[in-house]
Amino acid sequence: MSRPVLLVGGRVVDPSQSLDEPRDVLIVEGRIESVERDIAGPPDAERIDVSGLVVAPGLIDVHVHLREPGGEHKETIRSGALAAAAGGFTTVWAMPNTDPPLDDPAAVGFVRQEARAWARRGEGGARVSPVGAASRGLAGERLTEIGGLVEAGAVAVTDDGYPIADPALMRRLLEYTQTFDIPVLQHAEDRALSAGGVMNEGAVATALGLRGIPNVSEAAVVARDAYLAELTGGHVHIQHVSTREAVEIIARARDRGARVTAEATPHHITLTEDAVRGYRTDAKMNPPLRTEEDRLAVRQAVVDGIIEMIATDHAPHHYEEKEREFDDAPFGIVGLETALGVCMRELVASGALSLAGLIDRMSCAPARAMGIDAGSLRAGTPADIVVFDPDARWTVEPERFLSRSSNTPFAGMELVGRVRRTMVGGDTRFVTD
Amino acid sequence: MSGDGVGLGLGKDLVGLEGLERKQILGILDTAEPFKEISERHIKKVPVLRGQTIVNLFFEPSTRTRISFEFAEKRLSADTVNISSTGSSVQKGETLVDTARNLEAMRINMVVVRHRSSGAARFLADRIPSNVINAGDGQHEHPTQALLDLLTIRDRFGAIEGRRVCIVGDILHSRVARSNIWGLLTCGAEVAVCGPRTLIPAGIEELGVRVIQRIDEAIEWCDVLYVLRLQLERMKGGYVASLREYNRVFGVTSERLAHAGDDLIVLHPGPMNRGVEIDSDVADGERSVILPQVTNGVAVRMAVLYLLAGGQPELAETAKGGGE
Repeated sequence: MSRPVLLVGGRVVDPSQSLDEPRDVLIVEGRIESVERDIAGPPDAERIDVSGLVVAPGLIDVHVHLREPGGEHKETIRSGALAAAAGGFTTVWAMPNTDPPLDDPAAVGFVRQEARAWARRGEGGARVSPVGAASRGLAGERLTEIGGLVEAGAVAVTDDGYPIADPALMRRLLEYTQTFDIPVLQHAEDRALSAGGVMNEGAVATALGLRGIPNVSEAAVVARDAYLAELTGGHVHIQHVSTREAVEIIARARDRGARVTAEATPHHITLTEDAVRGYRTDAKMNPPLRTEEDRLAVRQAVVDGIIEMIATDHAPHHYEEKEREFDDAPFGIVGLETALGVCMRELVASGALSLAGLIDRMSCAPARAMGIDAGSLRAGTPADIVVFDPDARWTVEPERFLSRSSNTPFAGMELVGRVRRTMVGGDTRFVTD
Repeated sequence: MSGDGVGLGLGKDLVGLEGLERKQILGILDTAEPFKEISERHIKKVPVLRGQTIVNLFFEPSTRTRISFEFAEKRLSADTVNISSTGSSVQKGETLVDTARNLEAMRINMVVVRHRSSGAARFLADRIPSNVINAGDGQHEHPTQALLDLLTIRDRFGAIEGRRVCIVGDILHSRVARSNIWGLLTCGAEVAVCGPRTLIPAGIEELGVRVIQRIDEAIEWCDVLYVLRLQLERMKGGYVASLREYNRVFGVTSERLAHAGDDLIVLHPGPMNRGVEIDSDVADGERSVILPQVTNGVAVRMAVLYLLAGGQPELAETAKGGGE
């Protein structure tokens, strides 16, 4: 089949084997063959010099919106997978709030097939795993045919974009999904409490005359779902934690043995509500950017592992959709191509977290928590690998994104750490000098 | 000749009072003084803005503010066009940015804009070279309203500094409250707000104002009672149980004002709900400066138009001379 590949001279950082040393990596037939010093390699191997660079398990993002079907002007499965690869991601989980939503096996199958078809044509990016809708039509009323969705390739269920409001439905989901051992991903928000809100509630919203979303709209649902997870034994995954209150609840629930996992986004650990000033719609997302106190609490929870993983909530929107009155602009920002650089700057360059710690939060931890066969460079695992320069500084230029959208509050910001190569199953899906 | 308010350094636009300096705000009020007199003349017109084209772009219904601006513009001899949301291309789905570009393509000088969304005036101002004057954007600011309120307070007390002003009512949804808070604080007044806690926005204290729970305390504390209109749709939102309940707890009545200091004055931005937030005997009584507010509105707006068009504050007296 394909030629063996030998990555020579890199610094291999693989927290799954507590490894952070100079090693060579040999890839044969799309899998890791060995990670050793000075591998001679088979004579026909393609030798790639990665000296000065970090070689790590490919990044995993369990929360992206690829918009296809229905929102192809914002993003497609192809462009989203390519953007992911450019950001060092080798696996992304595509949310089901498309049009139509991924609430039946055919729709779930379409997303998986589409990503694979582009890869076969040599235009693939990261692996795309579809997440099925938790309720039919994302309406929050009746369960989807979760068994059918899983057969078609769904790796989890969620109504993301819409919170699962009905506690009885949430209970049933946390019970029923145990048959398939998949998590229920929850956008934790009590819409009655956040009604009409467009940014964090507080002095900044008051000054701007914008409606606020209070912290309790997140915390109340996190608390409820943590207790439901404890009651049922099901696995609830709290998406994009934004408040200090939610962090406390998650930590307590974990101590009590509940199967609660959580993610934080690069933007919630980096920016605050002040980014909204000037009515910047590229700083409008849900949950909103919060206060400095919340930011620091969420950031510390990532450092401490209470929030075990980073996810981007990559939410592309067309330029024209964001170029309007703040109230009317859609929620969400893109994140795939800035995530590593933002986290390297905010967590690693600042000294808060080791490089290995960050690779854990962005690769090993999501693999572990979600049961994904990735997040490791152990011999025998698929060769999903990111190679990046940990010291390179670069400035975010959204017009150069591979994503179809450029709605980011990080435009013009200098980031640390640049992806040089992304390999999926030994196949290079992204490379740059 | 779009100006940039050189005299006071106001910049191209007047989007809000937040961030303005005291000398700029007082400078606008000073500039308004000579313009007051024009409205008292038999022929109420001076050629200050002759040849200037001003568009009054009202995406939200307005009677008082729109008419006040229009009088101000006409008395300065500007050419004006009124656009309201009904019957315009906005109803046909045109975006704000396209509306702006189209206006600009017609080579106008100024836009007076009212819009339901907070930030809309700033949005427009950042995208067109014309001067933009905010006539109310969502719950954000209504700077000319606050300026006319400041002028009215100054007229009565001689100065704004040191006055105690309590704004009563629906602070949460009020752009008038926000502009007044910034303007009053910058000019050295003490500011409090009073109203049902459901209508007091989170973090308001961080803006530098105190919260007074009960209307009787507010009346005892302040020199200026600024009564806001209670929007009737707040009942539907569940913020207030009923008009009767609101009047019972927060209504400004002559009985309550019996405990006020002798100098206390009552302001209201209009239109009033008589018998809800304010009783008729207060609205029409001796303490009320509600009609002087309206008169001052025209003068203040003339001053703002004049200054943004490049007029010098110290020349306002001369500028008004040319009419008769």
